[in-house]
Amino acid sequence: MKTATFLLLSLALVQPAWSAAPRELAEGYSAEAARNAPGFKPSPRRGAEFYARRFAVSEKMPACTACHTDSPAQTGQHAVTGKAIKPLAPRAEAARFTDPAKAEKWFRRNCTEVLGRECSAAEKADFIAFLTEAP
Amino acid sequence: MSAKAHALLAAAAMTLTLAARADSLPVPADAPPSFKAECGGCHLPFPPALLTAPDWKRVMAGLDKHYGDNAGLDGKTRRELEDFLVRHAGGSRMAGAGDPPRLTRTEWFLREHRKVPEATWRDAKVKSAANCTACHTRAEQGSYREREIVLPRSK
Repeated sequence: MKTATFLLLSLALVQPAWSAAPRELAEGYSAEAARNAPGFKPSPRRGAEFYARRFAVSEKMPACTACHTDSPAQTGQHAVTGKAIKPLAPRAEAARFTDPAKAEKWFRRNCTEVLGRECSAAEKADFIAFLTEAP
Repeated sequence: MSAKAHALLAAAAMTLTLAARADSLPVPADAPPSFKAECGGCHLPFPPALLTAPDWKRVMAGLDKHYGDNAGLDGKTRRELEDFLVRHAGGSRMAGAGDPPRLTRTEWFLREHRKVPEATWRDAKVKSAANCTACHTRAEQGSYREREIVLPRSK
């Protein structure tokens, strides 16, 4: 019993270390999305659908999965340069979405490449909701 | 010591120096943090010594069309990176990179890689000749020694 309590406590203490920052970032995007669409709630399901969708704008990078693989918890590979890409999911790579400027930079670059336009705040909120949901 | 022994020693020392130079391409100590963050985002932040200064200037002048990708930077970051790359650029033996300049096309690079089998270049784990780490297992540490080379073999 004592061990179980201790384990639960440790989990409670450890978890926020990787989940607090992405959640804050997602809350910012959600608030922005809610200004355009009142009542907006981020959806992991929509995020998963977005992650797997084939936009087919870019020949070498038709979808997120072209570089990040079918699972965001796996190590990916850049479709052009072959460079290894650390997992996108914070549960697999704790530093993900902890630096808002970095997250913005890569949303801008990769959305422009894969979608042919920037992503909306709603899409970003859904995306992070999908990446931070429990496996 | 005889003159012949002297000459031999000198030749051996020179070979060692040249080998050490090609084997070790560490990131220069004065690299700005943007070098790893920006140049290292999609590929290994390449050793500046692998292109000539005019070729680095050409690369940095066309970042919005960077080998098929928009890698545009703000003016300050672009300038500090160009200054750094030019400061540590390679000499004339890195000529021949073409236009747009590719450090995998210089005479030096081609000579160094002449023994690499054609199948290796096409391997799924390699993808690009600029994917140094695919074979040079310690490239991220700036080390390109022969004994660290492992040619990948995808099924």
